[in-house]
Amino acid sequence: MSYPEPVTPALVPAAPSRVRIQDGAQAGILPTPPSAAPEAVFEANAVSVFYGAKKALAGVSMRIARGQITALIGPSGCGKTTFLRSLNRMNDSVPGFRIEGQILYHGHDIYGRNVDHVEVRRRIGMVFQKPNPFPKSIYDNIAWAPRNLGLRHGLDERVEEALRGAALWDEVKDRLKDSALGLSGGQQQRLCIARAIAIEPDVLLLDEPASALDPIATASIEDLMHSLKGRFTIVIVTHNMQQAARVADRTAFFSLEAGGAEPSGTLVEFAATETIFGEPRDPRTRDYVTGRFG
Amino acid sequence: MSASPAALRDPRAARRRDRRKRADRIGDRLLYGVCLAAALLAAAVIVAIGYQVIHGAGPAISKFGLGFLVDTNWQPNFGEFGAGSLLFGTAVSSFMALLLGAPIAIAIGLYLSLLAPAGVRGVVAPLVELLAAIPSVILGFWGILVLAPFVHEKIEPWLHDTLGFIPLFGPPQTTGSSIFTAGLILTIMVIPIVASISRDLFLAVPRDVQDGAGALGATRWEVVRGVVLPSTASGVVAASLLGLGRALGEAIAVTQVIGAGSSIKASLFETGDTLAARIANQFPGALTELHKASLFYLGAILLVIGLLSNLFAQWIGRRFGYAGKVAR
Amino acid sequence: MSVVAFDPTAPLTPSGNLRRRQIFSRLAESGATLAAVVAVAVLGIVIYSVAVHGASALSLDFLTKGAPIGIGPAILGTALIVLVATAIAMPIGVLVALYLSEFAGRRATTQIRLTLDLLNGLPSIIIGLFIFKMLVDHRQQSGFAAAVALAIIELPMIARGSQEVLLLVPGSMREAADALGVSRWRTVLKVILPSALGGIVTATVLAIARAAGETAPLILVCSVFDARHFSGNIGEAIPNIPVMIFELSEEANPEGFARAWGAGLVLVAFILVTSLGARAMHARSKRKMSS
Repeated sequence: MSYPEPVTPALVPAAPSRVRIQDGAQAGILPTPPSAAPEAVFEANAVSVFYGAKKALAGVSMRIARGQITALIGPSGCGKTTFLRSLNRMNDSVPGFRIEGQILYHGHDIYGRNVDHVEVRRRIGMVFQKPNPFPKSIYDNIAWAPRNLGLRHGLDERVEEALRGAALWDEVKDRLKDSALGLSGGQQQRLCIARAIAIEPDVLLLDEPASALDPIATASIEDLMHSLKGRFTIVIVTHNMQQAARVADRTAFFSLEAGGAEPSGTLVEFAATETIFGEPRDPRTRDYVTGRFG
Repeated sequence: MSASPAALRDPRAARRRDRRKRADRIGDRLLYGVCLAAALLAAAVIVAIGYQVIHGAGPAISKFGLGFLVDTNWQPNFGEFGAGSLLFGTAVSSFMALLLGAPIAIAIGLYLSLLAPAGVRGVVAPLVELLAAIPSVILGFWGILVLAPFVHEKIEPWLHDTLGFIPLFGPPQTTGSSIFTAGLILTIMVIPIVASISRDLFLAVPRDVQDGAGALGATRWEVVRGVVLPSTASGVVAASLLGLGRALGEAIAVTQVIGAGSSIKASLFETGDTLAARIANQFPGALTELHKASLFYLGAILLVIGLLSNLFAQWIGRRFGYAGKVAR
Repeated sequence: MSVVAFDPTAPLTPSGNLRRRQIFSRLAESGATLAAVVAVAVLGIVIYSVAVHGASALSLDFLTKGAPIGIGPAILGTALIVLVATAIAMPIGVLVALYLSEFAGRRATTQIRLTLDLLNGLPSIIIGLFIFKMLVDHRQQSGFAAAVALAIIELPMIARGSQEVLLLVPGSMREAADALGVSRWRTVLKVILPSALGGIVTATVLAIARAAGETAPLILVCSVFDARHFSGNIGEAIPNIPVMIFELSEEANPEGFARAWGAGLVLVAFILVTSLGARAMHARSKRKMSS
């Protein structure tokens, strides 16, 4: 989907500013056409993932839209985490990893030739299933990545903003110098989220972020996601269907397909959340969301 | 042995069972006793070593007292002995080995744990450990015939020309036998120890914390600097102390290349001597009791320094949770 | 406040300061690789020197006849000393390991392991002084004294290695034997030791590889010998390879150097073969244990 040519290109701000530069549209100059679909952040075309000889994911194609929460659900082992990790090249370090097909991020193939995977991860952040704070202070956990990026000034504000964004500020504001390892599981996970948003990525990938947490902590993480939605594009893997129903705008259902020697993961259905849970088109989706299997 | 009612009542079988039970009890107690004796023997050996070395140094300790530690006089013919220059040589050569060797070894540890592809790692890691298996007498011999001439002809002049304003790098002497060459040999000995322990430490850093750092758009080096090194710092220090202990105690290779000098000099390129090397060098030829006792005194000092650095390494390892890795 | 803005639609090449950071990271990686290359190179140079110089001295006469032609007696002498040393150290080492794995409580285990670690880290020249005082002073040098010194050096390695293997024997084996009413000593002798045997042998072989090259203690307790004959009498100082190499290296005699290189080659070859062999055995037994 392309926008009309800008009328006065000089009005596009040249220096970095708070406002993200969007494809062709200048802030406030041109109205976004109301009928345009939200811009695609990711476009996967027939993506298959192999770990050595084992095919983990077979022929996934989907478009993930900007500013929305997209959930990936399905039974264990159906490749949803594999797919998620492929979106920011976190699978590169897994031995035997091989990918076929294409993953486009804002139109660029993230596995392309001149792509720097560190740059990919700078733009596409990830929060993992098990909280993994650094053995440093709370402050340093959050300030570490910005410091790498060259930000020396305004760190205190950045840390506070990130902690507020993760709904953790009030609980830790008096003990920023304490070790992050002293926090509870739910707090640690929110710390990891704060750490990720502190560098203002474009996308947040969340790999079952609440699965290691108790229900109260889980609820706070879900509230968080709603508040983060507008600023970031969020893709979340979850095995908790109710969570997906509560939180996601669109939901993708993955499942294991027996194709060839061993079953591999595949995308069965991808639609608005209400559709997936209300009137799924594929019988496999219906079986899963009504709890008949998985 | 059948357990039928008839057999159970058979007196001969009963006697056999009793004998067997007695043999079992005796056997168990014997086993326990023998094992305990062996364990106590090991402890007794260390205590005995400490006692005998200090006892052997007795005559020298009573004659020279603690002043021995700072006296730099060593003239056997006049009955004058002092550990000063030996302590100096030991300190300089060992710290040079640590200063050069530890960073190289840590870099090797990082390479083997994080950089090398699995096949390369499988080849290079045993090779690095093989470096530790080379006997010191052979390394020292190689040092005399290969390293020392090379150092003397190529390295010392170059260092003196470029950095000669620092007193450390004075003019080269007549041969390559010097504290500098000894320090290089000790570096070669320190590296494999520190490298293998460091490699194990780095491999033990949890993958998920490293992934977390990588997911924040950090380069490989930044992950190492920010996560891997800080969380293994105390273990690496402990490993370095173990390497230092190795350097402190090395007698043979050092005495082969250090030139047996007897005074404290500023330049690394002069001859010198260390505690261990002097003992190895002069003990076979020591004639007077005072000479031998003085060498024992050197041994006692070396024992104390060696034990302290070993204990310190263990303490650091235990305190910061790396006990299993450091004990080697 | 400065902001970390970037254009998400820009190509995925390094933005901001990433280029500089990547250069630095690659430099660091090169440095680490270089360090490994240097270490392997040094190993290669040393082994190459020994091999090249030593090979020219090697011959059957060299390996069998005595000085000044060859080092035959020294080979036999080292073999005898190491054999006796291992005969002393192995039983004691295994017993210590058994104590640690079967009987010792937590405190005793910590203390004994500390003792073994201290013993392991003791400079060998100090062990030489100790043995000198105990067995040589006011008496004479002997191969036996050398053997005891080497036994002290081998002991911690054998004990530690054996203990590791003994701990691998599953506790369920011991419990099953207990439940069947089998006595402790029978279990140890018939079940535990046999299954740990491979690891014990590996540890012993590695200890032998280390002890065979130890020179410092031997200088003090077994260095004045007649290198022309092998008497086989361990009560007197017998020829041995490490001391021979040392003494030849200290003389300024090129012929002696040639013999020293040859002896060095024999020693290094022995150590390489035993070390690599032990590691191969270790790897194989690990595979068997986990299968």
